[in-house]
Amino acid sequence: MSDIPKADELFKSIDYNPPATGWMETPVDFSPGHWCYPGKVEKVQYMMDKIPGVFGNPREWSPDQADWKLPPNWKEIVMNGFRERLHKYRSLQVFMDICVRCGACADKCHFFIGSGDPKNMPVLRAELMRSIYRGEFTLAGKILSKLTGSRVMTEDVLKEWFIYFYQCTECRRCSLFCPYGIDTAEITMMARELMHLVGLNINWIMEPVSNCNMTGNHLGIQPHAFKDIVDFMVDDIEEVTGRKVKAPLNEKGHEIIFITPSGDVFADPGIYTFMGYLMLFDYLDLDYTMSTYASEGGNFGLFTNSEAMKKLNAKMYAETNRLGCKWILGGECGHMWRVINQYMDTMNGNLQGSQMTTPKSPITGTVFENSAATKMVHITEFTADLIKHDKLRLDPSRNDHLTVTFHDSCNPARAMGLLEEPRYVLKAVCNNYVEMPRGTTREETFCCAGGSGLNTEEIMEIRLRGGLPRGNALRYVQDKNNVNVMACICAIDRATLVPLADYWAPGVTIAGVHELVGNALVFEEGEERTMDLRQEPLPGFEDEDDNWTPPNMEDA
Amino acid sequence: MNALYSLLFVFLLVLIPLFGVGAAHMKTFFGVCVPTTAMIIFVVGFVWKMLKWARCAVPFRIPTTGGQQQAYDTTMFKQNKWDNPSTGAQTFVRMLLEVFAFRSLFRNTKVSLHQVDGKPVVAYRSNKWLWLFAIVFHYSFFIVALRHLRLFLEPIPFFLHGLEFVDGILQIGAPVMYLTDVGIVAGLLFLAARRLYDSKIRYISLVTDFFPVFLILSVALSGIYMRYFAKVDVIAIKELTMGLVTFHYHIPEGIGTAFYVHVFLVSTLMVYFPFSKLMHMGGVFLSPTRNLPNDTRIRHHENPWNPDIKPHAYADYEKEFGPAMAEAGLPLDNPENAKSAE
Ligand code: SF4
Ligand code: SF4
Repeated sequence: MSDIPKADELFKSIDYNPPATGWMETPVDFSPGHWCYPGKVEKVQYMMDKIPGVFGNPREWSPDQADWKLPPNWKEIVMNGFRERLHKYRSLQVFMDICVRCGACADKCHFFIGSGDPKNMPVLRAELMRSIYRGEFTLAGKILSKLTGSRVMTEDVLKEWFIYFYQCTECRRCSLFCPYGIDTAEITMMARELMHLVGLNINWIMEPVSNCNMTGNHLGIQPHAFKDIVDFMVDDIEEVTGRKVKAPLNEKGHEIIFITPSGDVFADPGIYTFMGYLMLFDYLDLDYTMSTYASEGGNFGLFTNSEAMKKLNAKMYAETNRLGCKWILGGECGHMWRVINQYMDTMNGNLQGSQMTTPKSPITGTVFENSAATKMVHITEFTADLIKHDKLRLDPSRNDHLTVTFHDSCNPARAMGLLEEPRYVLKAVCNNYVEMPRGTTREETFCCAGGSGLNTEEIMEIRLRGGLPRGNALRYVQDKNNVNVMACICAIDRATLVPLADYWAPGVTIAGVHELVGNALVFEEGEERTMDLRQEPLPGFEDEDDNWTPPNMEDA
Repeated sequence: MNALYSLLFVFLLVLIPLFGVGAAHMKTFFGVCVPTTAMIIFVVGFVWKMLKWARCAVPFRIPTTGGQQQAYDTTMFKQNKWDNPSTGAQTFVRMLLEVFAFRSLFRNTKVSLHQVDGKPVVAYRSNKWLWLFAIVFHYSFFIVALRHLRLFLEPIPFFLHGLEFVDGILQIGAPVMYLTDVGIVAGLLFLAARRLYDSKIRYISLVTDFFPVFLILSVALSGIYMRYFAKVDVIAIKELTMGLVTFHYHIPEGIGTAFYVHVFLVSTLMVYFPFSKLMHMGGVFLSPTRNLPNDTRIRHHENPWNPDIKPHAYADYEKEFGPAMAEAGLPLDNPENAKSAE
């Protein structure tokens, strides 16, 4: 990270004036730092064996070399795939045809705002594909090529796709502002599907996908190791609260199965959120289990193709049935909820076992009619309901050392509209809550710039540039309101927002909503806590000697 | 460059009927054959395009949500029904707002970078110019087109009289100036100027973006020229247009060349329409991010091509990790798996 410019230098380097050369003539920068590492051969091969026909061409290759080792008939494969998808997705066909290039979406993309690269304007990102559509599939495009903005598919075009469709986090902010709802995230998804056919992929997606399939979670943590980590966290909770909480795994015969992104289980600061869940469930004496087999809520398949997405998602129902649970409670995760809300029942609804029922809170009796089809409730819905019914004893003053703001994760915000529930929970568990400026929150929220499988080190500068809009809004409330924590409901956010905040708003830490719930939760009358879940002293206990390292941090 | 090409094209288009009628006296061709053919191409093309879209599958419901979802407790969290609809009726309202009020465009913002006290600041402000001029242009165009119905209908329905009255309410000049004539020209000039002036928009603009602007402008200007300056014989024109719709083709005397130029430009527009981005007019109704309710968590939907894909089986998982699972005390479905596979 040493060669990354300082924040204000980077800021000054942004120029919204496009280059003098037309975009078709402007060469693409393939130097390192502009692309993510390609998928490892064995990972691609593994997925190719598991799902025939949608992954291809496993090989060693590198984007900075001239020869990308494409199969000889790559063009045929890509064009056939394109034609097929035009029939399978009305979205793609309509979005290819009706953009008027009004530019309303142009300055809505965080990658454009932070880089000024015109190919990061959603309209132009989509034109990279649309120009091929016109050139290869429409008559006018074939005749008048250049004048209608058409071109034929070449290797250079495919290489350009690789750079720019892996520089879109599928956040859908552009779609909100388009007068026709053209969703560049959808176009990116299609482009990625096509690239996977000829083996243009990135390892930060392929490895998690194959791991999720094999071990159940994206890091490839095996079941016994998974249990060890959970046990460590149970110990940590005991350290803070003096209470040994239950953490049931793979147990049959419970009412609820809880599935959260595995990022919450292994990575700082997600683990504190996970501890919050465990404490809440123990407090409620909830009849639930977790699973090592379905130990990943985040769906990395979404970043490859709809087949892999379906395959990974299907584990949720498969495991619910095997364990005999009635419904699913889902943790804080962005892409997981995009898949659950918009795809899950359509793809895998037929796998639901007959024992599954519309979710009903065993504590309050509330029936979650809004998840009657998927049978899956978001944890902030569940907790908000508990708070509303006064089922939790909370001491928000335990979070008084924190001034909290909330980052709406793109996917729950723009594919669900889960906006108020987390805010309701946050306001109940902490006294100091502040909103970031308008235009950067709720449906207009800005991406963490590391979504859709791009949260990898080798493109850190691109991520920090894309993180400018979020980081700057955070800096604003940091300066104005002394905000020192940004809460979110996404495991990817909890990983990606940390370097982003360090860069654009140093001093702000990142937390999950249920970490703050865990802090505030009062187990017993008169219970006293001296530290929060991070084992930082609570106000009034600062003098406590604290040089203890959490045992599970060693391999995190 | 793209703008110049487009302008040149439109000039060429004007020249064709000028010579065709003025010099070659091909009045029947330009007065009857061209508009009739154009109309047929327009209708067939439009329908064909809509069918082409309608035939594509909609496997997943992917509405972009612009507000609070329908919560499990609607009293606690008020649903934003028009931006995040969960029923057909709500979605219908969303579409009405989209089609008639350009609601998404109304949201438009503009980003700018500043240094305040040496610190970087990214600012967003509401930017409704595009929305305003787009509305002015589209509504003007729509009303102008409606007003033309008087040429094709006998008797003229009452609402057209009302429309014309309101449109000319300012009572400026003779013949009375229509507001929509001003509106359509002003809207088009803004849209063209924006494409030329804003470097980002200029960068993405193609010939196919400038051409329709200039073409529609030429249609409007030729119409305005006929009405206010050449003061053409409307009675004669109506004779011709009524002939077109009743299939009694007849070319009356005394219709100036300006009329043929206008008709030719309109015909070009009709032919061009279904094969260009102008089809956004039809496409906006079919956009899956807008015309579907956000209800996939509530109701089941079918994907017509849902592939048969099963998850990695738990049995295989247990076979692979069984010994370690047993050692960690995790329950096994099949106790056999506790033994390592050698
Ligand atoms: S806002 Fe929509 S129509 Fe306008 S340029 Fe962007 S994608 Fe195209
Ligand atoms: S989906 Fe997000 S990242 Fe992709 S083009 Fe749109 S705004 Fe940019």
